[in-house]
Amino acid sequence: MQNNETATEFSLAELMICAAAEAFRHDGEVLATGIGMLPRLAASLAMSSFNPDMLMTDSEAWILSSPNPVSGRKSGDIQPCETWMGFSRIFDNVWSGRRHALVGPSQVDRFGQANISALGGTYQQPKVQMLGVRGFPGNSISHANSFFVPSHNRRVFVEGECDVVASVGYNPDRLPRGYAFSEIDIRIAITNLCVMDWGGEGYTPRVISLHPGVSLEEVLDNTGFALGAIENLGTTPIPTMAQLDIIAKLDPLNHRAKQLPDNPPGIRS
Amino acid sequence: MDKLCDAKTAVAAIKDGMTIGIGGWGPRRKPMALIRELLRSPVKDLTVVAYGGADVGMLCAAGKVKKLVFAFVSLDFIPLEPFFRQARQQGQLEVSEIDEGMMLLGLRAAAWRVPYIPTAIGLGTDVVTQNPDIALVDSPYDDKQWLAMPALNLDVSLIHVTRADRRGVCQIASPDHYMDDWFARAAKHTIVSCDELIDTEFFHQEDVARQVFWERAATHAVVHIPGGAHPSSSAPLYGFDVSHFKAYAASAKEQNFSAYCQQFGIDTSETDYQKMVGGLEAIQQLPLPVY
Repeated sequence: MQNNETATEFSLAELMICAAAEAFRHDGEVLATGIGMLPRLAASLAMSSFNPDMLMTDSEAWILSSPNPVSGRKSGDIQPCETWMGFSRIFDNVWSGRRHALVGPSQVDRFGQANISALGGTYQQPKVQMLGVRGFPGNSISHANSFFVPSHNRRVFVEGECDVVASVGYNPDRLPRGYAFSEIDIRIAITNLCVMDWGGEGYTPRVISLHPGVSLEEVLDNTGFALGAIENLGTTPIPTMAQLDIIAKLDPLNHRAKQLPDNPPGIRS
Repeated sequence: MDKLCDAKTAVAAIKDGMTIGIGGWGPRRKPMALIRELLRSPVKDLTVVAYGGADVGMLCAAGKVKKLVFAFVSLDFIPLEPFFRQARQQGQLEVSEIDEGMMLLGLRAAAWRVPYIPTAIGLGTDVVTQNPDIALVDSPYDDKQWLAMPALNLDVSLIHVTRADRRGVCQIASPDHYMDDWFARAAKHTIVSCDELIDTEFFHQEDVARQVFWERAATHAVVHIPGGAHPSSSAPLYGFDVSHFKAYAASAKEQNFSAYCQQFGIDTSETDYQKMVGGLEAIQQLPLPVY
């Protein structure tokens, strides 16, 4: 089972799942919430390998002792329930701070502020109405958050501020009185090109690893704001055979192959 | 006290300009038959508070909504609610867009009869800038700024439950009762639709009584409508109707809500509606979703 050999063939989706799982490595006993199939697989992989102490839900109303597969389950299948975790109780957990969400915003700005609410136009009449702010405001001021961005481009990583600022970031003009940046916990952003964080000087964004075959120039060209990079910038770790085995068990019907357009390979030619 | 009545009588409690809360979550356990009854009524200028799905979309499309208090409006597998989206993109709606948890706090404040509940949620975001009526306050205990989430006082709440008796004892047998208990408590008048009307003796077992999330004193009207959550789900009895939601979304593409209402008999009666969607048995056979 413990096959730590790196894989030779893997998809970009699998690379991103493994990179995103790293977000949860040192979390210990926190509720990990991955919104969407690949983020959920990332959290599930973390719990199934290096962070068994993590908590996860069935994405409905129960905390599970081990993560559910994301595909191949049937209605009424028995699942390893630990406790009830309906939405009202989720907030008890959110506000306690013992949670780490991996979310997929439509816009992210240089401050790490994110948007899933609406795009363009005016606030009263947006050009594109999306979901609404959902739980982003409360999540962002309460606990750790990471971002999953399947398409790294300038429409997502915007030049200015997000059209609607749904989650708090490292923006001095918006920082509420009495709060410090150190209380805001943006971890990493996993994109189809790289992994980023906000660990630069004064909580500025930077690249911390490039996916195989991607240049820093390509990342910068596709980012609307200035982006630093860590010293000795390396390559995002290649999935191990053991990780791919776990992912395959968590997604037996290979729905992960349908998440990125054309399911590109993990190593770009 | 016998609270059983028909949908029309129950919904008549809703008057122009009222603030109504709607239980459920997205496409899950929404009191859709009561919403359809509301669509048939002349009521207008409503302020609607909801974790929104097609309930919100339909009321928007029918021009019933003056103001919407929301954190999201979504059908889950169709992420963007089509008629809500149109209403927003046409600039029609007055909105108060808040965090999901802020809505919970607002309902609790109303239920607990306090003017607000302090929280950090919303600080630093456009929830603050776009809601000038929501105040930021100082704390007597620290030097931080707090957001004072105002009570969301509701005139009427509409909720769909699994089972109820005539006295208003309600069982939600679904995995999640969402914030329905707070919607019931935050409202002056709570109307409940139920899939099954049962005798009080049904509750004389502790595991069933544990699925009663508010006291009957917070329920004012009970309407018995088997399948009344359709096209949303009412787990464990039936799932949401994917193909119906697709037809609904398609009608939004044509910007034609009245055609949708006509096609499915919403204009006439719930009996016609259920006939048009394949009958109660078809509703009750809709598979439960797997998350």
